[in-house]
Amino acid sequence: MKHLLSTEDLSRANAIRILDTAEEMAAVGDREVKKLPALRGRTVVNLFFEDSTRTRISFEAAAKRLSADVINFAAKGSSVSKGESLKDTAQTLAAMGADAVVIRHWASGAPHRLAATDWIDAAVINAGDGTHEHPTQALLDAFTMRRHWSKLAGTRSAGADLAGMRVAIAGDVLHSRVARSNVWLLRTLGAEVTLVAPPTLLPIGVEKWPCAVSYDLDETLEKGVDAMMMLRVQGERMNASFFPTTREYSRRWGFDDKRLRALDSLGLKDTIVMHPGPMNRGLEISSAAADSHRSTVLDQVRNGVSIRMAALYLLLSGDTREPAGPAFSAAAAAPATQAGAADMAAPYSHQESH
Amino acid sequence: MAEQQQNASNSGAYLIRGAAILGGAAEDLLIRDGLIAGRGQDLDAEGAGVRDATVIDARGLIALPGMVDIHTHLREPGREDAETVETGTRAAALGGYTAVHAMANSTPVADTAGVVEQVLTLGRTAGWVDVRPVGAVTVGLAGEQLAELGAMADSRAHVRVFSDDGICVSDPVLMRRALEYVKAFDGVVAQHAQEPRLTAGAQMNEGEVSAVLGLAGWPAVAEESIIARDVLLAQHVGSRLHVCHVSTAGSVEIIRWAKSRGVDVTAEVTPHHLWLTDDLARSYDPVYKVNPPLRTDADVQALRAGLADGTIDVVGTDHAPHPSEHKECEWAQAAMGMTGLETALSVVQHTMIETGLMGWADFARVTSTAPAAIGRVPDQGRPLEVGEPANVTLVDPAARWTVDPSKMATMGRNSPFAGRELPGQVVATFFKGHATVLNGELNTPYRYPADAVDAGPAGRP
Repeated sequence: MKHLLSTEDLSRANAIRILDTAEEMAAVGDREVKKLPALRGRTVVNLFFEDSTRTRISFEAAAKRLSADVINFAAKGSSVSKGESLKDTAQTLAAMGADAVVIRHWASGAPHRLAATDWIDAAVINAGDGTHEHPTQALLDAFTMRRHWSKLAGTRSAGADLAGMRVAIAGDVLHSRVARSNVWLLRTLGAEVTLVAPPTLLPIGVEKWPCAVSYDLDETLEKGVDAMMMLRVQGERMNASFFPTTREYSRRWGFDDKRLRALDSLGLKDTIVMHPGPMNRGLEISSAAADSHRSTVLDQVRNGVSIRMAALYLLLSGDTREPAGPAFSAAAAAPATQAGAADMAAPYSHQESH
Repeated sequence: MAEQQQNASNSGAYLIRGAAILGGAAEDLLIRDGLIAGRGQDLDAEGAGVRDATVIDARGLIALPGMVDIHTHLREPGREDAETVETGTRAAALGGYTAVHAMANSTPVADTAGVVEQVLTLGRTAGWVDVRPVGAVTVGLAGEQLAELGAMADSRAHVRVFSDDGICVSDPVLMRRALEYVKAFDGVVAQHAQEPRLTAGAQMNEGEVSAVLGLAGWPAVAEESIIARDVLLAQHVGSRLHVCHVSTAGSVEIIRWAKSRGVDVTAEVTPHHLWLTDDLARSYDPVYKVNPPLRTDADVQALRAGLADGTIDVVGTDHAPHPSEHKECEWAQAAMGMTGLETALSVVQHTMIETGLMGWADFARVTSTAPAAIGRVPDQGRPLEVGEPANVTLVDPAARWTVDPSKMATMGRNSPFAGRELPGQVVATFFKGHATVLNGELNTPYRYPADAVDAGPAGRP
């Protein structure tokens, strides 16, 4: 795994390795000194062609906790806005010795271009490209779901997948990189996914995706849901006739107070409500739902740092092999106590044994 | 005087030995003074009154009428960093062409007699092929007001094909008027069928692949709805319509239906739409970005069947060179278009002939006879018979070669076939009896008589 570009081509073994490594990283966040020396002397560039303070600071915190040097390159107001090409920007970063480039771009496929061309040799992490993918978001969502699912089952989350979990994703699937990344990753991890959206906000071709599709949120809830993920709906979609009014959208596809209560009456006491943020309270999710005990919104933010630490660590630690087999999960679960775990995803084995 | 100059700079006589005429029986062809002077078994150059004829051993080669491209972007005037008439027509000659239709979307747009005459003169000065300027339908391709179609038709460029290619004439009233108006001079409107509202921001074929890639979709219906409208308009006003670069199975069906009703419509398919599919976009490499976009395999198969059964009349390259900086970028930022002049013959051989869908006589029809007829090009697309103009292409169908865009004559490096092994190679091209290509390499351009460069149709004073 040299780059993290999409979840479509992420193997189950690598997905679980990232989730397990993130569990270890999360433990670092609970310590008094929230910092590891793992990436000391390495340079991570946050290359953002599109505003996203939330994602950028999450990656920045992740890289800093791993002791990497972080350069934030916001393409707005830079030479890029004066016509510098992606190629020139990439070559400039290469000349400055970037080891990893975290790229957010409005154009689908821009991270693939960086990875496929010889413009730059660094590891590339897709931090959201157009309406294509946002793999670290899907990984942090899966991480959040896995913790919940394991807790319900009374088992450890390390090494586990999401087999049997029923996940509904509702909202603007057509324009959502979060939905795409989640569909592929959740399939890989064994969850059962249902997309819920107005027909206008589903892509032509969605019928080939490994998931169910529904136009009816209430019916989907009645069938039983373990995680309900709401997607952000952008107001400008209304002007393009994707739906008549925001109120009609909210009534039919929003997770409102009525549907929050429906979870109780349907006996779905353990169902969690997720949102990648930023939320439009009152549009796709009501305030009561966003602030309820079911909401994992802040857990998702917290887990985002752990996932991004894991991704940076695994891509820059030089261990690019596929894991050997099932024995790996156990090893990664407790790297500090396993002899010979140094070649595994063991961030603090470096620190503690050298 | 003019005759002497022509003889001084243009090559003399050629005796082509044993070429399979249109892929049929092997015969000799004698080329002299711009004409086919003899055809038959064991022609004797001396006996036919030709001394010093250059003999070409063409055993194993196929003789075809010089290819005519109905759809070429030569970029000059205005984008000489992408292509010039000189480089584009060198590429055409190497690809087996003796005539190309230069699309109107230059800068300035070819929407006046002055610009089309400039392109005509550039073509004659280059001398590699017959450059037939296409006139814009609307002023500045803006879709608002008819350009002076009559002035372009009456100009030295003798324009007969009018197109806003790159942009659809989407206004139904304007399209109707254009179709009606060109009847006055036997013109044809070549439509770029793309409903603009359905394709705002479109990046690739809308379907299974675009759904995964998150690239804005260009739905088939945006092409088909315009074609359906236009064939009905052409029927209503009794005019001649040509549909550029048909790309979908549904379009083939609509055109087949229109022809069965007697509508005077012709249609074109590009080599790349006969082979490549939208799966290639998964690489996000903009070399595969083109308009209309690459479609699905079902579309490819329908286009091949349509070309084989005559629903689609011609192969047009839509040769669209771009400087590398317009392709070395994000997909959404990249220019649309692919080069095609130097690969068209091979791609058609691969997709249509080696699949058994067509023979070489059909190839001659779709690459020469039919496009010359659509463009009303004199002296092109003629039978290989004694007394006809000697526009002839010799092809080695057994050759195999690997596409290397850096070695092409076009300035464009944006070939989607880069690295692929293709069958068939142009060995020689004769334009007005002069060898523009010999032994698979550029020879020398045809030199028009001094007073013909600025003369009327076909370079005849």
